[in-house]
Amino acid sequence: MKQPRKHTAPRLAPYAFVAPAVALFALLMLIPIGYTLFLSFGKSQVSGLGLGTGARKQVFAGLSNYASGLSDPAFLSSLLRVLVYSLILVPVMLGLALLFALLLDAQRVRFQRFARLSIFLPYAVPTVIASLLWGFLYLPTVSPFPAILARLGLSMPDLFTTNTALFSVANIGVWGGTGFNMIVIYTALRSVPTELYEAARIDGASQVQVALRIKIPMIGPALVLTGVFSIIATLQVFNEPHTLAPLTNTISPDWMPLMKVFDLAFNEQDSYEAAALSVVIAVAMFVFSYGLLRVSNKRVFQGR
Amino acid sequence: MALVRLDGAITEAPAAAAGRPGRRRRPATLPTAILLLGAVYCLLPVAWVLVASTKNNSQLFNTFTFAPNGSLWSNITSLSSYAGGVFWHWMLNSVLYAGGGALLSTVVSALTGFALAKYRFRGRSALFNTLLAGVLVPPVVLAVPQYLLLAKFGLTDTYWSVLLPSVLSPYGIYLARIYAMSAVPDEVIESARVDGCPEGRLFARIAVPMMAPGLVTVFLFQFVAIWNNFLLPFIMLSDENKFPITVGLYTLLNRGSTAPALYSLVVTGAMLSIIPLIILFLALQRYWRTDIASGAVKQ
Repeated sequence: MKQPRKHTAPRLAPYAFVAPAVALFALLMLIPIGYTLFLSFGKSQVSGLGLGTGARKQVFAGLSNYASGLSDPAFLSSLLRVLVYSLILVPVMLGLALLFALLLDAQRVRFQRFARLSIFLPYAVPTVIASLLWGFLYLPTVSPFPAILARLGLSMPDLFTTNTALFSVANIGVWGGTGFNMIVIYTALRSVPTELYEAARIDGASQVQVALRIKIPMIGPALVLTGVFSIIATLQVFNEPHTLAPLTNTISPDWMPLMKVFDLAFNEQDSYEAAALSVVIAVAMFVFSYGLLRVSNKRVFQGR
Repeated sequence: MALVRLDGAITEAPAAAAGRPGRRRRPATLPTAILLLGAVYCLLPVAWVLVASTKNNSQLFNTFTFAPNGSLWSNITSLSSYAGGVFWHWMLNSVLYAGGGALLSTVVSALTGFALAKYRFRGRSALFNTLLAGVLVPPVVLAVPQYLLLAKFGLTDTYWSVLLPSVLSPYGIYLARIYAMSAVPDEVIESARVDGCPEGRLFARIAVPMMAPGLVTVFLFQFVAIWNNFLLPFIMLSDENKFPITVGLYTLLNRGSTAPALYSLVVTGAMLSIIPLIILFLALQRYWRTDIASGAVKQ
């Protein structure tokens, strides 16, 4: 007797559906990660005069790539630099994003549609192009700022000194990232039920009080997630300083950790140490973001 | 403090509290000013590049930046003839990489997200978590070994070397799973199965149309991500004719540091390259409303 087919959800179909993603994941993620690990423990040994094919082969090097990478002062100072960079960028960017989102959600504020589109617009500009545009705006010979500042009796500071370059790069990050985060926060604000604060408004609470006491606590999960994603993204900064580098000598090829990896792999042709530093960065990133998500998990899901 | 004072001055009349009150009342000056200041800051570089692209090289360095000149057309023609018209080749390549990559990525994300949302199978949650963890791996960490691996298959410096790594999108899969969960009711799937509908057809004819608005969002996110990508094509490609616009303009800027005559071409190229995306953006703005925390898509 035939079984009714109603409840037999097909066994093979889901595997067929996920197969392309799994194949791509294996090919483009797992194998490269495994290969990086393999390289990170190796070094190149030259036999004979080092001529001809097969004269160079990879031998086991233990932790020597890790040791030399981690004791490289250039790498350590790039680590410190990226932490400071993240510390400057993330609070400013998310602070602005939250402020603009609240203003978009507030009553009696004009030009909201225009401002929303304008502030979101930089998201459409690739970071390389954004860096190029700001790079020109930073160059005193091309920039409009010196002429404007001169009228006010001021002069434009050099934006590419060792002290200012980090801020110049961070500004590009703020410019490019504020709009996206603003939209995420704004969307979260729109989903807060209005009944929650209409009563407070009738009782005479000001819009600022409503924002601080009701709206911001309600969108806690969105704030935590944008925070975590922003920190992860800023620690991986590469495009902005790499694009600005041709305009200034202050930004060296190993200015940020990922620039150092790139420099090692493609300029110094040392795939082994590059691999070791990649592993260090990836592990640090993973531990860091896992920890952040773990700590914030309760907050993130209490809204559900 | 000023904000408090401005708002504190108003007492809300209960009758006006219904609906969207206060629209017609005195506008809040300071908050509006802050918002406009933000808009000016964000528009400034775009406005600058629009004006600067009307200047030839000596005007670029010698005239006040926000005073337009009349060299836009000659800039465009000299950019178009630079290195045998390679600039338009870059633009076309970017459209190809971003369009093709985003399309493939959307298909893969939809399939995977649908399976993760609507089927119970062994290893489902492990698979989902593993795929999501992919977000955490920095691209540059993967780019080096990906380059070495693709080099073994002789695939570097081909269109595939840029397209293939762009297809897998953990974020796209995450979004597609949410859309499948919220937009495709279990009863619909059940009754289609009762009618003897094969699973592939169920996905293509029933699930995809229901997920469509969400899939447009996945497509757009991935399109912008690939269009903006620099590192991957920069590492994979050496043939100038295969460059996307980001890598092309970067190399042009790099050459400009020794030949400043190229700067006006870089500026004009930057201007032309951001226009298509800004148009795409304004035309499709309703698809950009996404709430990553609750996963809800607002239409």
